[in-house]
Amino acid sequence: MKLFITLCFFLFATAVSAQELAPDALVKKISDEVIEIIKQDKDIQAGNRKKIDELVDAKVLPHFNFSRMAALAMGRNWPKANAEQQKVLTSEFRTLLVRTYSTALSTYKNQVIEFKPLRAAAGAADVTVKTQVKQPGTAPISIDYGMEKTPAGWKVYDVVVGGVSLVTNYRETFNAEIRDGGVEGLIKSLAGKNRSLDTQASAKPK
Amino acid sequence: MSIMLWRFLGLSLLVALLGLGGCATVGGTPGDPLEGYNRAMFGFNDGVDKAIIKPLASGYKTIMPEVARIGVTNFFANLGDLWIGINNILQGKVGAGVSDFGRFAINTTVGILGLFDVASNAGLEKHNEDFGQTLGRWGVGSGAYVVLPILGPSNVRDGISLLALDWRGDPLWYVGNIPTRNELVGVRAVDNRANLLDLSRLAEEAALDHYAYERDAFLQRRRSLIYDGDPLPEPDPAKTSESGASKDTSARAETEFPPARITTQWGERVVTAADEELTPAQEFFRAAAQPVAARPEAAAVGGATYEPRIPLNYEALLAVSGEVRDGLVRTSLRPR
Repeated sequence: MKLFITLCFFLFATAVSAQELAPDALVKKISDEVIEIIKQDKDIQAGNRKKIDELVDAKVLPHFNFSRMAALAMGRNWPKANAEQQKVLTSEFRTLLVRTYSTALSTYKNQVIEFKPLRAAAGAADVTVKTQVKQPGTAPISIDYGMEKTPAGWKVYDVVVGGVSLVTNYRETFNAEIRDGGVEGLIKSLAGKNRSLDTQASAKPK
Repeated sequence: MSIMLWRFLGLSLLVALLGLGGCATVGGTPGDPLEGYNRAMFGFNDGVDKAIIKPLASGYKTIMPEVARIGVTNFFANLGDLWIGINNILQGKVGAGVSDFGRFAINTTVGILGLFDVASNAGLEKHNEDFGQTLGRWGVGSGAYVVLPILGPSNVRDGISLLALDWRGDPLWYVGNIPTRNELVGVRAVDNRANLLDLSRLAEEAALDHYAYERDAFLQRRRSLIYDGDPLPEPDPAKTSESGASKDTSARAETEFPPARITTQWGERVVTAADEELTPAQEFFRAAAQPVAARPEAAAVGGATYEPRIPLNYEALLAVSGEVRDGLVRTSLRPR
């Protein structure tokens, strides 16, 4: 269970050839690269925040489509935000997600990732890449990546861990925030959350 | 004794909430009629966790070497495999059930009383099943989301299953010596919590509203478990119109049905690989668990649909339990 979220991130590297790779091949390539780095880096294993952030920044983030993620989390409220608000929301949501990802990554402990064969029609532009994290003693945890084809290659727009979408899990909360304080209220809450996490992090530096 | 009392209180609470949920009114989050009570109980549980359970679990994790902790986790997980196997078979997944019994046999012997999970390495995967999932698979709706005292997130269906039935499938409760039994249950609880320390830290970091985050994660997780990780896709509300509010609710209700061959407003569900390995029993359950609208009992009057107030596949439930009711089911598992 601990791995519940643990491995979400084994994804994704900056690959020069990313554009030509099939989505499942891309996920596997990036996962393998990131795991390889974690296994060799003692600092990351010890929880060095800065190094983890660098790794995620370099290898993982280029393959995420954060504006699509923000839109997915907002659901039917997305069109209510104007272009400027959408930009701010995307950036704040990105900060929050990236932090969660980095924390999860730091809990990685030698679990084995199994990649399932991709089941998609030829020429599909929206696919789900399925993987499983295995560890003796617990049922395997699935990590599925919702991916879409863009001119810049395949991009991840949803990460579903053990059936829980890390993106749509925010939808009800966002709905409630917007009901109470409008889009501006949601932006304020997100920014406040990110700031309080920053303060916590600097209060007990690694 | 106190355990029995606890369980009884829990069940009474659920029944009371059931009544409450029926007359709960608007306000708050759609789909969470008990939010007021739930938030209060969430706060209480969180307090107990912070004051007692979490410190115990952290201490346990610090003191025990990792190898020993994995042994403890494996030991309790092994005892759970029997009930998991029974539930797999009740859901018609006979192959998975047999595999669970095989796991128990191998891990109890070769794995030295379950301390080592040899079976996983031999290719027999551990599964995650309980009676709430079995009911869900049979088409019983989940009811409102309920936060149970100490036990945490649940819903009416799963809460009742847990308190009334799942414990009967838990070998620990059959340990004759009560103090020993209680100790074992306590160690298991602490061990479970220790395994969840990282996860709970993550959730706290990620959540804007911790209560809502936990609730929504629980709902998604249970839905996924019932379909063994292959639930119907949820609609992308970014693509739906302003009327999304009501659609959201109907979508949630609809995804409670097993992956039968159905078409939804957001696209056709093509039943994939899981479908290729259907056992006859599975065919039966899937056939029985059609969406309400597709069943003859549901009558449409003036645009509104009325549903019978009985579990969706009452017959299937009765048939499996071997019960015979005149006029409803005469024999078990006979094609109707």
